[in-house]
Amino acid sequence: MKPTVGERAFGYFNILLMIGLCVVTLYPFLYVLFASISEATSFLQHSGLLFGPAGFDLRAYKAVFQNPMIIKGYENTLLYVTLGTAINLVMTAIGAYVLSRPNLYFKNIIMFFIVVTMVFHGGLIPSYLLVNQLGMMNTMWAILIPGAINTFNMIIMRTSFQSVPVSLEESARMDGASDWTILFRIVIPLSMPVIAVMILWYAVGHWNSYFSALVYLRNSEKYPLQLVLRDILIANSTDSMMTGSASDDKYAIGETIKYATIIVSTLPIICLYPFLQKYFVKGVMIGAIKG
Amino acid sequence: MSRSTGNWAALQTIRADLRRHWAVYVMALPVIAYYVIFHYGPMYGLQIAFKDFQPAKGIWGSPWVGFKHFVSFFNGIYFWRLIKNTILINVYELLFGFPAAIVLALLLNEVRNGVFKRVVQTVSYLPHFISIVVVAGMMFDFLGRTGLINQIIGAFGIEPIDFLKEAGWFRFLYVSSGVWQGVGWGSIIYLAAIATIDPTLYEAARMDGASRWKQTLHVTIPGIMPTIVILFILQMGNMLSVGSEKVLLLYNPLTYSTADVISTYVYRKGVLEASYSFTAAVGLFNSVVSFILIVSANSISKRLSENKLW
Repeated sequence: MKPTVGERAFGYFNILLMIGLCVVTLYPFLYVLFASISEATSFLQHSGLLFGPAGFDLRAYKAVFQNPMIIKGYENTLLYVTLGTAINLVMTAIGAYVLSRPNLYFKNIIMFFIVVTMVFHGGLIPSYLLVNQLGMMNTMWAILIPGAINTFNMIIMRTSFQSVPVSLEESARMDGASDWTILFRIVIPLSMPVIAVMILWYAVGHWNSYFSALVYLRNSEKYPLQLVLRDILIANSTDSMMTGSASDDKYAIGETIKYATIIVSTLPIICLYPFLQKYFVKGVMIGAIKG
Repeated sequence: MSRSTGNWAALQTIRADLRRHWAVYVMALPVIAYYVIFHYGPMYGLQIAFKDFQPAKGIWGSPWVGFKHFVSFFNGIYFWRLIKNTILINVYELLFGFPAAIVLALLLNEVRNGVFKRVVQTVSYLPHFISIVVVAGMMFDFLGRTGLINQIIGAFGIEPIDFLKEAGWFRFLYVSSGVWQGVGWGSIIYLAAIATIDPTLYEAARMDGASRWKQTLHVTIPGIMPTIVILFILQMGNMLSVGSEKVLLLYNPLTYSTADVISTYVYRKGVLEASYSFTAAVGLFNSVVSFILIVSANSISKRLSENKLW
């Protein structure tokens, strides 16, 4: 059937709309990028949209990379992301394996107690007091341990583990393989697509999170990058980065430093994103079928 | 007699199973410990909502005070403001954010060119991965007195507006930035639902001479209706909760009148001002109401249609 005039007109209109969506989505990032490499005073004099940098100057980046807080924040975040994701993975995988065993005793009771926590939880203050009581306050464990398992992820992983053919496990058992061997040599290698999705979800979660650090960390030496960013972008504390320049200049470069900070902290995600995107989407699909 | 032998036999099988699969039970231990400590621990701690918590006496030893903290929250000057702000942000999200994702999925479904479609999808998912701190930081830069938006409206002779310092703008900014960040990602689940619609339904509709618009109206939308209903139920269940993470970044005392929600109030009073029992009560009230909301939304939907969460 040939499309009618109206349908064809809608087709073009739709394409324009989608292009508009892309522009609205991407332009803020482009503006930030242009602003960050602009020469500070010409950027301040400029008004309206930027279609390229106003002048060219990388001093803002120099200031960002010389800022000890940002460097420290970067280091801390890398630590939290790697260690945190490792803890998440091990805990989620063993939990999923246990729940995927067909004839585990008390399985239904365990499952019930786990699912209850998805609907009802103690809330911020009791968790805060608990972390305090466990002596984890102001340590990185307060950030890594309380969120060790995302129940939803564990259930997704369990579903994937259940689809591993039973015959494979049985023949391994015949050869005397223990449950540990079966988990690490058979079940996990056969569930790599789901494991990959989990690594990405957990890792991006750790990279982007700031709230638990805000609540549990007192010592700014331990702040992750996002909390440092919050101080710079929202509490406006760029002063420490601009020692030595005259005050007008100082204000001007303070503006471009903010934009450079955004780029420096977001670039890893934006660069990796196009390659990883399909895994994320796959993960949502798995979750959608399950839920 | 037979009952006790039955128990004995069951015990024997459990012991045999423990011997054979001891590793599974060892694996279960840290997982169970995690849930007991970090999920049931806070639930146990919730009792301080009915006590006057004194750190020196601990959770168990602090004296009971009944509903004192609930009463003082309900009678407090901020109660209605917090309820109103929390609900209004959710209502705005339901009115704008919720349909936006559905509309985007339907529009993407009409894009014929596969490569173009993938590019649009990739671009529209991107903001979902940007941290909320960066999004808020960009909002501060763009919406400040001398920011980009004021430069643009200034060109039309409009006086600069300090958007983030004016209470009247807060809800609009909160919800619209949320749509900007989440619309693409939110559309994935509807696209997945569209992909599962039986293609013969479209063929039959075409046979009957249905235009693309009619096909969308009578095949696609009914096809994704269960998904829409389930997400709607979830959203209703969240009617009385707005996450504190983004509000904490965007609000300030000047905008508290529209921006302060229950979760941010709990953070301020509890973590910053150490009124633990009072804020535990506020949090418990919030959880209980949310629980009631989601259960009723589910049963209403069960009555009206076949769709339900459980």
